[in-house]
Amino acid sequence: MRTVVCLKVVPRPEEVRVDVETKTLDRSGVRSVVNPSDLTALEIALALRDRHGGRVTVLSMGPPSFVPYLRVALAVGADDAVLLSDRAFGGADTLATSYTLAQGVRSLGGAELVVCGDESSDGGTSQVPPGLAEWLGYAQATYVDRLELPGPTTLRARRVLEDGTETLDVPLPAVVSVLGGASEVRFLDYDRWAAAQQATVKVIDATTLGGDPGAIGLKGSPTVVAGLREVRKPGRRHEVIRVEPEAAATRIAEELRRLGLPPREASPSSRPSAPAT
Amino acid sequence: MTGPGGVWVYAERRGTAFRPVSLEILGRARGVADALGERLVALTAVPAEGAVQDLARFGADEVVGLVHPLLDRYDTRVYTDLLEREVRSGAPSVLFLGASRDGQDLAGRLAVRLRTGLTAHVTSVEVDPGHRLVGWVPGFGGGIEAGIVCPDRRPAIVTVRPGVFPLPVAGAARSYVRLVRPTVEAGSFGSRRVEFEPKGDTTDLTRSDVLVIGGRGTDGEFGRLQQLAHRLGGEVGATRVATDAGWIDRDRMIGQTGVVTHPKVAVVLGASGAVQFTVGIEKAGFVIAVNRDPDAPIFDAADLGIVGDLAPIVDRLVKALEGA
Repeated sequence: MRTVVCLKVVPRPEEVRVDVETKTLDRSGVRSVVNPSDLTALEIALALRDRHGGRVTVLSMGPPSFVPYLRVALAVGADDAVLLSDRAFGGADTLATSYTLAQGVRSLGGAELVVCGDESSDGGTSQVPPGLAEWLGYAQATYVDRLELPGPTTLRARRVLEDGTETLDVPLPAVVSVLGGASEVRFLDYDRWAAAQQATVKVIDATTLGGDPGAIGLKGSPTVVAGLREVRKPGRRHEVIRVEPEAAATRIAEELRRLGLPPREASPSSRPSAPAT
Repeated sequence: MTGPGGVWVYAERRGTAFRPVSLEILGRARGVADALGERLVALTAVPAEGAVQDLARFGADEVVGLVHPLLDRYDTRVYTDLLEREVRSGAPSVLFLGASRDGQDLAGRLAVRLRTGLTAHVTSVEVDPGHRLVGWVPGFGGGIEAGIVCPDRRPAIVTVRPGVFPLPVAGAARSYVRLVRPTVEAGSFGSRRVEFEPKGDTTDLTRSDVLVIGGRGTDGEFGRLQQLAHRLGGEVGATRVATDAGWIDRDRMIGQTGVVTHPKVAVVLGASGAVQFTVGIEKAGFVIAVNRDPDAPIFDAADLGIVGDLAPIVDRLVKALEGA
């Protein structure tokens, strides 16, 4: 069984600076990370492979500078890595991105299972996994925290919804998006880490990838940025103080009391918050 | 009959009621339809026709109810096929969906099926002088937002997270209601539901007056935050970093891809203040932030900022409030 894990490299949000004058983002010198929920996707795919066999291929789209991140995935346990890299892929919205990734899956001869993170921490649209499923004509299950293979042609996926969890049997091939944090990501294997430095990451350009050149990059993206503007921020007091913990707590408590908190009724209006899961 | 064009809102039914986010969108979409000079249509898929009438009270010109007993649960394939058919025959210019889990599952698939553009998680919408719908989305890193349009293809699909728009008050049932009875067969489902386990905790953070919100700087110690929230009669929320780390339930994520909240007071602990998060608290009445880093952008979004370590401050705060 071939599993493809889609992996996106995203800049660290706290390091991106904004030039308010030109309304542009300064990404120079910004370090990147693998999108956290994509690492969860990788872990879930590796765990299935360890139990049932098969191959796990990581697939990404981006500049050649993403290669080292794919090596991390190899060191963690992926069998091979493919990077779709071409200037022609640039400027893609979710339609073009999902098309390009679908072409990437096709170039591997298809897959029984494609696992993605549920959304990226930068774009955060969460729309690529279902889009990818549609381009490929595969079934889909999104916002999944548990994945099993009860039979050779069926996937059992537990979806986490707003009001409960839904367990679905979905026919393979399928695209699954998994929730970040749904599974603890394994540690790097140091022997594999050394081997991964020598491993080949297959880089595929637009010509080699084939498909419809009008469906990739900017040309394949029906949405466009019409304008940028400063975020209208609500007027805040912006009082910032630096004091000892005791004084800080007193200051916050004063402010809360002024705002009527805690409520006069000693019993809180709602039940205690649910514990972390 | 539905004429061509129009602003459509897909209204998602959850059990016996429509999701608040669907109604919130419907409230805002009235203004969008008026500005575009188009009709407002609410579209829903339900197991029984009685439910459709509830939608007629939220200002739509027309309500279209797709009714079939098998539509009592969402299925990607069935719903994508149904909406594709309606959209192709009705040719709306805009289609809004609530960004619930099922709504996003559907929106992403439908957009590709229709080969059209999707703008996800807008925090505001407006119609520009060129009669285009602009969906505003916070830009990466902070400070700016991007206005996204879908100039050439129809419909422009737009998703909206819960709490972004105010919940409209139900009025008189004035919409023209049209019922459609599509053919749905058990064999047309793309998946089989094996089990559904309702969740005990269905707290709606968009309705909470007090929020205690934790980020990376909590190091996962949410117990302390829960104490504080409990003391204040509020709820605990979290940033993406905290939910991605598995420190707390994903449904408590606040921000662009979580929920947009409107508490009277938000106490934000150990969050750096990326704009994807701060859009979720900008409608708060008063924001108190504690962060170790004096340069953290969260202080730009706060009324009262404290530079310091969380744990000793929060512990003393809980004690101080006990004495209140």
